[in-house]
Amino acid sequence: METQFTEQFKEFLRSETDPVLRRLREVAFAVFAGAGFPTVKDEDWKYTNVAPLVSGQWSVARSVGQSQVVPDRDIDLVKRFETARNGFAALNMAFAAFKVIRIAKDTSVPEPIELLFATDEQVAIFPHILVIAEAGSKAILIESYASTAKSFTNAAVQIIVEDNANLTHYRVQRESSEAFHVGTTEVSLGRGSLYDSTNINLGGALSRHDIDVKFTAEGGEAFVDGLYMVGGTQHADTHSIIDHTVPNCTSHQTYKGVLNDSARGVFNGKVFVRENAHGTDAQQSNKNLLLSNDARVDTKPQLEIFNDDVKCSHGATVGQLEEEELFYLLTRGLPDSLARNLLTYGFAEAIIRKIGIDSIRTSLDEAVLNRLNVKLEV
Amino acid sequence: MLLEVKDLHAGIDGKEILKGLNLQVRKGEVHAIMGPNGSGKSTLSKVLAGHPSYEVISGEVLYEGKNLLDLEPDERAREGVFMAFQYPVEVPGVSNSQFLRLAYNQKMLHHGLEELDPLEFNDYLKEKAKVVDMDPQFFKRSVNEGFSGGEKKRNEILQMAVLEPKLAILDETDSGLDIDALRIVAEGVNTLRSPDNAIILVTHYQRLLNFIVPDMVHVLANGRIVKEGGKDLALELEEKGYDWVKGAASSK
Ligand SMILES: Nc1ncnc2c1ncn2[C@@H]1O[C@H](COP(=O)(O)OP(=O)(O)O)[C@@H](O)[C@H]1O
Ligand SMILES: [Mg+2]
Repeated sequence: METQFTEQFKEFLRSETDPVLRRLREVAFAVFAGAGFPTVKDEDWKYTNVAPLVSGQWSVARSVGQSQVVPDRDIDLVKRFETARNGFAALNMAFAAFKVIRIAKDTSVPEPIELLFATDEQVAIFPHILVIAEAGSKAILIESYASTAKSFTNAAVQIIVEDNANLTHYRVQRESSEAFHVGTTEVSLGRGSLYDSTNINLGGALSRHDIDVKFTAEGGEAFVDGLYMVGGTQHADTHSIIDHTVPNCTSHQTYKGVLNDSARGVFNGKVFVRENAHGTDAQQSNKNLLLSNDARVDTKPQLEIFNDDVKCSHGATVGQLEEEELFYLLTRGLPDSLARNLLTYGFAEAIIRKIGIDSIRTSLDEAVLNRLNVKLEV
Repeated sequence: MLLEVKDLHAGIDGKEILKGLNLQVRKGEVHAIMGPNGSGKSTLSKVLAGHPSYEVISGEVLYEGKNLLDLEPDERAREGVFMAFQYPVEVPGVSNSQFLRLAYNQKMLHHGLEELDPLEFNDYLKEKAKVVDMDPQFFKRSVNEGFSGGEKKRNEILQMAVLEPKLAILDETDSGLDIDALRIVAEGVNTLRSPDNAIILVTHYQRLLNFIVPDMVHVLANGRIVKEGGKDLALELEEKGYDWVKGAASSK
C-alpha cells in the first residue's frame, strides 16, 4: 500500500543508525503498509471512522533525532509491543521516538515524572515510551498531550510494573478540538504490584485510546479509570482490556463519559478472567451522561469468565442526571441550568479527584467548569 | 396566612396519595404533621416543594396569598420555601461552602439584594454554623458526601439557617438521629424559629416534639388529616398508637 508515509519513512530510516531498531522499524512499516489504517469494517473500530485522519496531510520528522537509542537490555521489552494490533500501532513503531524510563529497584521517586507532548498543525508525532518500574519501586508518571492545532499524535506507552512496585499513572489528553489523537498503553503487572491509572480525555476532534492491562503474577492490583468529556463534533473512543491470567489479582475500572452537542463516545471494556485465575476480583463500570439529544455513546462492557471462583461485577449506564439529585439542588434555589451543570461537574469530578497532583487536578476542574459555564469560587 | 392548603388531592404514577388535605399555617407558628409510615407525609412535603414527579389532581395551595403550585421548585425556594430532605442527596465535587454561597446568592439576586463574595460569605457561614454546632471542616467537604446520617440532617438545618426561609418543611429530620444529635438539631430549629417564619415538622415519632414544641399537631392517615390539636395531641398519640387515629380515618 503506497501511502503518504512511504516516502517519508524512507527518508526517516536513513538516519536510523542502530541496526536492531532499523530492522524493527522496517518490519513495522511493512506491517503498516500491508494492513493500512483500520476501517469501520474492523470490529474494534466499527464506531470510530478514522477517514478524516487518513485523508489529512501529515508531515513526519525527517530523522530519528528525537529518538533515544534503546539500551540493549530493553530491546526485548520494546519488541513485546503488539505492533500488529492495528495500522496505528505499526506506524508508531516505524516512526517511534523512543524514550526509556527506568525506575530503580526499591527506590521511591519523590517528584512525578512528567512527559508532555504537543506538535504543530499538520505534523505527526510518534512518541513511544517504555517505563520499567523495577521491583519494589514507587513513582508517579504524568503523560500529557497538549497540541493546540490540527495535528496528529500517535503515541505508544509500554509499562512494566515489576514485583511489588507501585506506579501511579495520569494520562491527560487535552489537545485542540481539531486534533487527531491515537494512543496505545500496554501494561504488564508483576507479583504484588500496584498500578493506578487515571485517563482524562477532553480534547481532539477524534481521539482513540487503547489500554491493555495484564496481570502476569499473583497479587497484583490495578485501577484503570477514566473520563471522556466531549462536545461539538468531538469523538472519543476508549478500548480497554484487563486480563486476569493468574490467580488472586484485583482490578477496578470506572470510566465516565459526558457528551454534549453532537459529540460521540465509545467505550469498549473487556475483562478476561482466565481458567486458572481463581480468586479474581474484577469490578467494572461505565457511566455516561448525555447532555443533548444529538449526543451519543456506544458502550460495551464485556466480562468473560472462565473460572467460577471469582468476584466480578460490571455494568454500563447511559442517561440523564438523577431526578432526585436535580430536585435537591432546585429546592435550594439554584436555577435549573446551574443545578444541572453543577451535577454534571460533580459526575466528572469524581474521576478527576483521583489525581493527586494539585496543579493538574485544579486545572482539569477549571476546564470542566468552564465548559459547563459554572463559576465556583472558594 | 403564610400557607393555605385547600382540599389538596395529589399523587404519583397515577396513584392518589393525598385525598383532600387542608392545612393553614401562619407566620410564627410551628406545625407538626404526624402519621404512620405511608400516610403521605413525604408526599405532602414534596408537593409543597414542587417535586416534578408528583401531580396535583385538584385543590389549591396558596403561599403568601399566591398560587404556589404555579412556581417552579427553584422559584419557590428563592421565594422562601425550604424543604429539609428525609434522605439528603450527595453532591460530589462541590464543597458545602461553594454550594451554600451559590444558593444564598441566587436568593439575594432574586430579591435585588447584594451578593456576598467568598470571604464575606465565609464569615456569614461561620456564624450560621453555630446554630447546629457544625465544625467548619464540613464547609470544605463535598455536600453530604461521606457524611453520617446525623451529619446530613445537621447539614440540612445549616442550609435552612443560611437560606433563612419563610416556610421550612422538615421531613423526618429526626429519623436516624441519636439523642445527642437530635438535641443539637432541635436546638438549631428552635434558634431559627421566629415570628417571621413558620415551620412544618413532619415526623413519625413524638420524641422530636419534646424538644421542639409545636403550636399545632395534625395527624395524617391515608392521605387526610384525621385529627388536629395542640401539643398534647402528640403525647396522646404516643400513648394510644396510630391505630387509634386509623380508626378515626375509617369512621370518617
Ligand atoms: N413512586 C410511587 N409510586 C406509587 N406509590 C408511591 C410512590 N412513592 C410513594 N408511594 C406511596 O405513597 C404512599 C405515601 O408515601 P409517603 O408520602 O412517602 O409516606 P410517608 O412519608 O408518610 O411515609 C405510600 O403508600 C407509598 O407506598
Ligand atoms: Mg416519609
